[in-house]
Amino acid sequence: MNGSRRSLSFYPLAAVFALFVLFLYGPIVSMAVLSFQGPDGGLTFPMNRVSTFWFGKLMEGVGVVDIWGAFGRSLRLAIVVMVLTVVLSLATGLAFRRGFRGSSSLFYLLVSSLIVPSIVVSLGIGLLFRFLDDAIRFVGRALSLASLGEGFTSSAGLFTSALGAHLTWTLPFGVLIMLAVFNRFEKSYEEAARDLGATGWQTFRHVVLPLIIPGLIGVALFAFTLSFDELARSSQAAGDLNTLPLELKGLTTTVTTPEIYALGTLTTAVSFLVIFAALGVIIGFRSRAAVRGPVETGVVQ
Amino acid sequence: MERIHRRIAVSQRAPGPRGRNIVPYILVAPLAAVFLLFLVAPLVLTVVVSFWDYSEYELIPRFTLQNYRDVFSGCLAQLPDLCVAFKVYWSTLKLCLAAWSLTLLIGFGVAYFLRFHVRSAVAQVVLLLLCTIPFWTSNVIRTMSLVPLLGRNGLLNEGLLGLGLVRQPQDWLLFSGFSVVTAFVHLYTLYMIVPIYNSMKRIEQGILEASHDAGAGEWQTLIGVVIPLCRSGIAIGSIFVLTAVMGDFVTVGMMGGQQISSIGKVIEVEMSYLHLPAAAANSVVLLGTVLLLVLGLARAADVRKEL
Repeated sequence: MNGSRRSLSFYPLAAVFALFVLFLYGPIVSMAVLSFQGPDGGLTFPMNRVSTFWFGKLMEGVGVVDIWGAFGRSLRLAIVVMVLTVVLSLATGLAFRRGFRGSSSLFYLLVSSLIVPSIVVSLGIGLLFRFLDDAIRFVGRALSLASLGEGFTSSAGLFTSALGAHLTWTLPFGVLIMLAVFNRFEKSYEEAARDLGATGWQTFRHVVLPLIIPGLIGVALFAFTLSFDELARSSQAAGDLNTLPLELKGLTTTVTTPEIYALGTLTTAVSFLVIFAALGVIIGFRSRAAVRGPVETGVVQ
Repeated sequence: MERIHRRIAVSQRAPGPRGRNIVPYILVAPLAAVFLLFLVAPLVLTVVVSFWDYSEYELIPRFTLQNYRDVFSGCLAQLPDLCVAFKVYWSTLKLCLAAWSLTLLIGFGVAYFLRFHVRSAVAQVVLLLLCTIPFWTSNVIRTMSLVPLLGRNGLLNEGLLGLGLVRQPQDWLLFSGFSVVTAFVHLYTLYMIVPIYNSMKRIEQGILEASHDAGAGEWQTLIGVVIPLCRSGIAIGSIFVLTAVMGDFVTVGMMGGQQISSIGKVIEVEMSYLHLPAAAANSVVLLGTVLLLVLGLARAADVRKEL
């Protein structure tokens, strides 16, 4: 099939591919274009002059919704989720390499986390924190502490329930990536380091870690973007204050001006920034490794 | 030499070989704790609460099967007419089948094109990335961006009118089963492309050449060689697409208007009324359905081998 002459299926499949990519990017691009509508422009084409009017409106806030607060919350949560996902995925990847009892059960638990419907996870976490609140109130009343008794509102929040909900979504991706990275890992580099007298920590720090950094950045990319855009699992588990995607979903039914496109364009721009930064760093590492050779890249600091 | 020294040193530090093995358990403990707390415990609670009673304001911890009776109320009595639960499941099933067949067809075509028609390995990676990048952006925004495409004054209607294919704008393009499935294809075709492409990458060139030399055309090779060898990838892709669609409430809510029902949406509505035991019972039924589906499909694939 890879012969010099194109087989007949090339042209229809190339067309399928081109149309698919157009279908993937066309709507986002047209949303971005429409967000630059003039002040009198509507939600659909044609463009009624070009302006940054709706971005200006967005800066002033969207009605009663504290959109910038939500933006900040989602950003902070995504960063925390990213750091935790990278650290825990790496630790778990190393554990899987050494092998441990129950490793295949844990593997299936991770995979099942991707498959269990998000709404069920969200309901379950919502219930968990409901019971936790009840327990805290009970203890608070028993000890007659005002802050934990009647005055207590909820333990559910951004860095408790929402964080946990997001981790059930990002960690499986992170661990799967780490398993794939270690499956392709050349063990002889490590053995060489040990034979040269490196301790376990030195081997990890100066040989293993530099070699897997592109993988770790991949994990970080997945964790940040999946958390920043997560909606279904947070829906019942975000606590009192909403994340950006939750506010966005609410706004799609209430806002009928291009302001919603401006918000969508801005959020997508943040995602693209992160994606291209991560891909840039990964490509940078790859080409450096290709020029200098993997061992050298790893050891010489 | 050094290694032997280290081994001795280690074995002196920790009595017996077990001391060495504790490291992976320490490494994996935080992750295991996260999943016990935020996945296993919540699912157990959901099952427990599905057997509880409730009032307008609160959960009542008293065993009852009423929630399950409510889910399937009148289902046997009304036959051959469909009860509410069966209607919702039928509607969800139709969405699943439509989304699955389209994502499979398009995903397979795209993966096949990338693997067998794009000759440079770098170009394959770049084009695959091109398909992957939208996955890292927001599903809500991607869904929302389809609205100006499908609406009454949308691009698609303008195009159809311009070509003279229709006389007036078509209303069934948005807030319909059509728009929901379009959004699913937009969001989830990647779930098919990646595992199928991975399976295809493992097919050795020699096998294809052997098939060619034995006189098979491209079509025969596809049916007899490529598809069977991609079974695993197809199964994994199918699992991800079907489970994503099965429990969906966001896309159905945004693109289906009030017309389209799904199990996920039913659960969401019950939660918004704080009928948590009812939502839990529906969740358990949904979870059971998803599990059966996955177990059926997983027979065709060894997930772990695919990494």
